[in-house]
This record gives sequence, structure tokens and C-alpha cells, in this order.
Amino acid sequence: MNTSGIARKRRWSGRAAGHAALIVSVLLFIVPVLLMLIGSLKPDERVLVEAGTIKALWPDSVSLQNYADVFRRADFARFLVNSLFITGSIVSAGLLVNSLAGYAFARLRWRGRTLLFNLVLAVMVVPFEAIAVPLFYQVSILGLRDTYVAQILPFIANAFSIFLFYSFFIGLPRELEESARVDGAGVLRTFFFIIAPNARPVFATVAILSFLTWWGSYLWPLMVTIGPGVRPLPVAIATFYTLPPLQWGDILAFGTMMVMPVLVVFVAFQRWFVRGVAASAVKG
Amino acid sequence: MVMAAVAFHHAEKVYPDGSRVISDFNLEITDGELLVMVGPSGCGKSTALRMVAGLEEVSNGEILIDGQVVNDWPPQRRNIAMVFQNYALYPHMSVRGNLEFPLRMRRLAAAEIRQRVERAAAMLDLTALLDCKPRVLSGGQRQRVAMGRAIVRDASVFLMDEPLSNLDASLRVQIRTDIAALQQRLGITTLYVTHDQVEAMTLGHRVAVMRAGVLQQVAAPRELYENPANVFVAGFIGSPGMNVVRGRLEKDDRGLVLLLGAARVPVGEGTRTGHPGLEGWCGRSMLIGMRPEALSLTEAGAGLMPATVRSAESLGHETIVYVDAALETVATDVAATARGDQAAPPLAAVLPGHRPFKPEEVLNLSVDPDRLYCFTPEGERI
Repeated sequence: MNTSGIARKRRWSGRAAGHAALIVSVLLFIVPVLLMLIGSLKPDERVLVEAGTIKALWPDSVSLQNYADVFRRADFARFLVNSLFITGSIVSAGLLVNSLAGYAFARLRWRGRTLLFNLVLAVMVVPFEAIAVPLFYQVSILGLRDTYVAQILPFIANAFSIFLFYSFFIGLPRELEESARVDGAGVLRTFFFIIAPNARPVFATVAILSFLTWWGSYLWPLMVTIGPGVRPLPVAIATFYTLPPLQWGDILAFGTMMVMPVLVVFVAFQRWFVRGVAASAVKG
Repeated sequence: MVMAAVAFHHAEKVYPDGSRVISDFNLEITDGELLVMVGPSGCGKSTALRMVAGLEEVSNGEILIDGQVVNDWPPQRRNIAMVFQNYALYPHMSVRGNLEFPLRMRRLAAAEIRQRVERAAAMLDLTALLDCKPRVLSGGQRQRVAMGRAIVRDASVFLMDEPLSNLDASLRVQIRTDIAALQQRLGITTLYVTHDQVEAMTLGHRVAVMRAGVLQQVAAPRELYENPANVFVAGFIGSPGMNVVRGRLEKDDRGLVLLLGAARVPVGEGTRTGHPGLEGWCGRSMLIGMRPEALSLTEAGAGLMPATVRSAESLGHETIVYVDAALETVATDVAATARGDQAAPPLAAVLPGHRPFKPEEVLNLSVDPDRLYCFTPEGERI
């Protein structure tokens, strides 16, 4: 075999090894999701029995009984509505508040801007667990336990979201805003008519990231909710898990239904999300 | 159409770090005038324009529009329209949306908005493009949309910040002509910023030359070319700019004579008329300016000086030849900055027709004694 043939073979085997590594990584992520989805479609007694066999991924029969059981045994619709309302409120109010804050930090000149922005950056490194207890006291004192407000209000303003918006806005051409101002728009109209429509990638990025964060939030709702009235899905599934009789098919069906909205949101915003993440990465 | 005069009264711009971009700037632009501010990069011309727009705060002094001090007015209150260097079209809006935006911000009735947009689009040949997004337009079309967004407003002042610098050479000439015609037709007071002296000379009713934040001279283009106030203006206006050399004024039996290196050049009547106080400078050193067009080839021994060709550029109808001569040439700081060194610049001569000069070829040049310019050693016109 000549030199170019050897080089070509090496290149091919290098590429094959790369693809193999990627396939293994993808399987590591996707297999648990597939197990959940397929397990939720099996008769309850088959789930654990077939867990270690090929039938875990290739069931003999398919049934929606587990899904029906979830609705029968738990008030799933209510938990779903709670989760949608809480997460939707945090995401939509957060988009408004954090984008305006990011814009103010990126573009407006005001006294104390640098100090406050440094504080925002500092808040980013504080883990939620560190402030959970003081926040719990505050919410209790205000009489907000077991309410939607307690689960929404503390999380609308978000340092990381502000930082993402700031990074994007700082890179937009300044002439766009200046042109809008000369054309007669004030600060708010410039933001809503000119800046926001040109910032769809960052809005999508922040929407997806905060949706994922708050859809799966467990610790805080567990602390502030008492009864099932305002309880979101993550706390509800934990409670469902402890509800006798222990039925794995039902639990997997519950989990599958809990994951679906996340997939819908991701697919809807994916195009903008990728652009937003890329843009943030380029701008550092 | 509402028009307005614009004035700078002792206007200054000093940034928080102490850098002074505009110093004691005084300038009046009359109703309907097209005034071009020109100067090298960083001379403060765009900053001055942005101060009129309200996009830069005025540190000291006043900016007046139509007699009213507007220092504290936000841009939207000044009734000005601005064309930016990169056009600043709104990328998410169609051409129609871009043209409508300033009118919608002023809450005009829908019928009037439509009428004005259609009128502006027809004027600028944009009607067929009204539903296109800016990203599909060519540079020239984008430039026209930017112009349209300015004229649709019936603004009292137009501000243009290097609007042609992103276009290729041929389009630049065409749109330059269009802008001149449009301004003449609409008669709107216009402040136009450029670094291109050809643009300044061809467009401006008057031209203001700036350097390092200081206004050097304001005059009609021809006046600026024929009577530059200092060496900087002499070097900046004209292509190539004026040659400046060190010399000395003497008086002999033939009258006033300039000593340029080894050559003695009698001062002609035209030169004397342009410099009323010249005789007082007898026996003193000075800077002498010679337009490249005032130099010509002559027979051996009869000329000003022998000169060695450094390089030549033939433009077809004329040839620009750069030569080294036994003269102490002085760099106007424009040329020095462009070259980035302190070496003595060559002498430039513009000669008619195509002439195939070779490097190291020796020429004999003479200068028109009626077309000399005399400056103090500090560079001010005598």
C-alpha cells in the first residue's frame, strides 16, 4: 500500500473512532429516555422483569393503560396546569424584566450602573441552596407559603438571564438605536420596536434555559407547598412514587408526560436557541 | 418644507477621561445650505455632527437649531433626520416598514403615512422594493432607503455621516450626484461629514476643514482651494495636496525673489496680490506652497531644479509624477500620518497627458511664479 493509501486509511479510522465515541455518548443520554417511554407503554408487571433484556427496548405489546392509571390515581391535570402556570409565569415575566435589565446595563448610562452590574455578576455564583432557607423565612413572614406567588415572584429576576441579555445587547450595532432615537423613538419604544425583534435568539435561549430550570425545580416547591393545590409536577411525581401500590409503569408514564412539554418547547425554539448560544459563545 | 439654520457657539466635547475631541467650535450653517465637514480620521467631524443630532452631549458651549439652544433636547425633539455610515436600516422591517417607522413614532394618520412613504419611494426609485427586507438590497439601494427614511420625515435638518463610504467608486459618484440634486430640490439645511476631499469639494456649498477637533477654515470649495488658510488645509484640499517646502524671501534688483534650495524664483504678480503683507517677510524663512498643477516640465538648465523620478501614476488624461529634488519638503500632517513615518515627502507634479516616466529618470521642473503660496514657519498663511 502506498503512502497516500495509508494516510487515507488512518484518516478513515480516526473518523470512525470519532463517530463511535459520539454514538456511545448519544446512547448514554438517549437510552434512559427510551426506557422510560417504552416502559410506560408496557403492562406494569413486565417493566422490571424485562428491564435487563432486549425487550426493555422492544416490547411485545403496547398499551396506554399506565397513562389512564396516572389520571385515575393522581390529579395529574391539576399538577400539569400548576407547572405550566408557574413555569410560564416565571419565563414570560422573566423575559420582560431580565431583557429590560440587560438592556439598561448594556446601553443606558446611569449612576451606579457598574456597581450594580458587578453585584448581578456576583449573585450568579451564589447557589440557590445557600439562600433557600432565608428565602423560606421571608416567604413565611409574608404569609405566602402554599401560593403560586411564592413559587413565581422570587425567580423572575435572574442574574444569569440578565447576563445573557447583556452579552447579546452589547454586541448589537449602536447605530440601530441611535437611528431609532433620531426617528423619534424614546428608550422603551426603541427597545420594544427595534432591539427586541432583533434579539430573538437570546430571547429563545433565555426562554429555554429558564423553562428547563423551573420546570424541573423540586427543592423550593417542596419547601413552600403544603397541599396538592399549588403543587407542581416534580413534587407531585415524588409523592406519586410513594403512593401504594408501587407501580413502575404508572411512574414511567407520569415521567413521560412530565418530559413532553420540555421537548415541545425545545423543538419550538431550537433554531433560535442554537443561534443564541452560538452568539453568546462568540461574544464571550 | 421647514428649514432651519444650525449653529455651533464655542461648542466643546470633552470625554470623562479628559480627552478633548472638539475645541471652541464656532460655525453657522444657513437655511438651505449644504455644508460639508471634512478632515482626517479622528478630527472630530462625526462627533460634531452627533452633537447636532443629540447623540453626544455638549460639554461646553451651545448648539442652536433655528435659533433655539438644543443642548438638552433629546434627538427625537430636534426634528432632524440622519443618514448613518452603515445606513442603520432596521433589519427586521421591510423597506416600507423602515420608511414608515419615523412617521409611526410621530403618530401620523395611516393615510398620511402611506402617502408620504409612496412619495418618498417614488422620488428615490424605491417603489418596486417596498416589500423587500434590507438584507436582499444592494449597497446603493440600502443607501437610498436610508435617504428615504430621512426625507419622508420633512425634517428641518439633514445630517449625513459619511453616507457614501461603504459604496464602490462608480456608485459613489452616481449617488453623490443624486444627493446634490435631492438637496437642491428639497432645499433642506444639510450637514454632511466625509473624510474624502473630492466629495467635499463637489458637494458642499461651503466646506469646513477640521483637524484635531479644531476648525481650520470654512469657505466655498474654490476659495478653499485657491486661498487655504494654513498648510494643513493646503495639504488636505487637492489631490495630490499642495507641495510645501522651506524657503526664504529676498529682494534683489528684479524685485521679490524666493530662494528654494539652490533655485531663485521671482515672485509673480499673482502671488504678490494673494499675500498683501509679503514684503515685510524679506530676509526671513517661510514655508512655500506649490500646487502640483503649478509645476511643469521645462528644458534642462532653465527650470527650478533638477528632480529624480520616484514614481509616476498615469491617469490617462494626466500623469502624477512624484520626484525627489534638492529642496527641504515639509509633510503636512495628513501625509505624514498616512505614511506613518517622518521621512521627507516627495514633490508631486501633475502633468498633462500620458507620460511614461521611469524611476530614477531626471526631470527639469519649473513652477508658475504667479501660483505660489507663502506661509509662516508655523504654517499660517501670510
